[in-house]
Amino acid sequence: MSKRRVVVTGLGTINPLGNNVSDTWENLINGVSGIDSITAFDTSELPVTFAGEVKNFDANDYMGKQHARKLDRSGHLSIYATEEALKDAGLDNEERLGPNVGIVFGTGIGGIGATEDAVRTFDERGPSRVNPLAITQLMPNSSTGQVAIKFGIEGPSLTITTACAASANAVGEAKNMIENGIVDMVVAGGTESGTTSMTIAAFAQIRALSTKNDSPQEACKPFDKNRDGFVMGEGSTVLIMESEESAKSRGVEIYGYVSGYGSTTDAYHITAPAEGGAGAVKAIEKALKDAGISASDVDYINAHGTSTPANDKNETDAIKTVLGEKAHEIAISSTKSMTGHLLGGGGAFESMVSILSIKHSKVAPTINLNTPDEECDLNYTPNNAVDLEINTAMSNSFGFGGHNAVLVFKKS
Amino acid sequence: MEVNEVFEKVKNLFVEELGIDAEKVTMEAKLEEDLEIDSLGIVEVVMAFEDEFGIEIDDDELTDVGTVGQAVNLLHSKL
Repeated sequence: MSKRRVVVTGLGTINPLGNNVSDTWENLINGVSGIDSITAFDTSELPVTFAGEVKNFDANDYMGKQHARKLDRSGHLSIYATEEALKDAGLDNEERLGPNVGIVFGTGIGGIGATEDAVRTFDERGPSRVNPLAITQLMPNSSTGQVAIKFGIEGPSLTITTACAASANAVGEAKNMIENGIVDMVVAGGTESGTTSMTIAAFAQIRALSTKNDSPQEACKPFDKNRDGFVMGEGSTVLIMESEESAKSRGVEIYGYVSGYGSTTDAYHITAPAEGGAGAVKAIEKALKDAGISASDVDYINAHGTSTPANDKNETDAIKTVLGEKAHEIAISSTKSMTGHLLGGGGAFESMVSILSIKHSKVAPTINLNTPDEECDLNYTPNNAVDLEINTAMSNSFGFGGHNAVLVFKKS
Repeated sequence: MEVNEVFEKVKNLFVEELGIDAEKVTMEAKLEEDLEIDSLGIVEVVMAFEDEFGIEIDDDELTDVGTVGQAVNLLHSKL
């Protein structure tokens, strides 16, 4: 039995660049940075004082205080992004999506802010004053459950926590569910809202973050010789994925096809990528094979491109290993240069970027790429968007833990 | 404290702390059906009462509390 083809029919997002898909895309192709000094809490004691925050979003205004206060911020963002995606897919009039729709969400650290608040209350006021909603806010599957409740999603649900590969894995596992006929439609996405004083401190302790506090908008410099770490970001992005037959029978516009998924594990080190990006190479090869294409068919790569010294070099090596000579010709970019690192929300966001790049025949740039690095010598689309007919786009995501997830998207 | 003073404090707490619409909070309002306070929410309500009135409420005192009025009367009896 041949596998069913999987399409994307709806997109929704809230992220440091915009609170909907069209604003986000416009800022992406204009090379706008969504990174700035942190406003959510006092950073005066922290070694890093900037991040990519979602702006102009008040959960009380959006869903009412009584509902909003029951959810962690990641839950607010997840419901918001899902609502846009469902509307885009022509599903906004459905009372409940029902048993033939699944949900797969990715997150790196779930409701970590709720965890921190509960621990503080416990220490300051004792066990009897701990927020009774703490567990339902902090559990990593909180967004998955809250979105399912809100929109009546009764099919299978999964929450994937493979760190910064989480929502790329979510899109990939959603593809598998639809291909194999388990359900006809999956709400797939990822959310992170883990920018707290503790997580900043902890990531800074392992020297993972950029410390360019004086120039937040220029701090994230993927593939630049002066890159010094990633920048924390928050946001949620949701894709409505369904079988091609389902989309055609509903008569809705198809953005593109989710054609390939490759997932591997380095089994090497808990944070550092394997030498030469060995695990990434295998994931890329698997994704290409799954899509039934060869490396030379790829027109655009949305890189993981975190702006850490180790990732960008090893990812470059991995691309060279798989693509050979073609590696120097292909258009690559890291949109993290503008959003910061959305962690568990990154894979879904970058899946969206890949799909929009195909739709608009345009490659969003890698901003802040000014000083070439001899170890990163590919075409990373520095600083300005370029027009390009894209039939096939690939998105790389790699996570702490050694998780590698690669997705291939096609126009037809 | 008079019953109506207790009610005003309870109403204020529901509106300010829990985000419930003021016009919904009457003595007759049912906590679960009218105010959408579920089993998790009840624990929050009790915590808020304890902080506001400086009292302790045992779980078994709540078995007969289904409306705002019943909660107000329970609080009034403990003050």
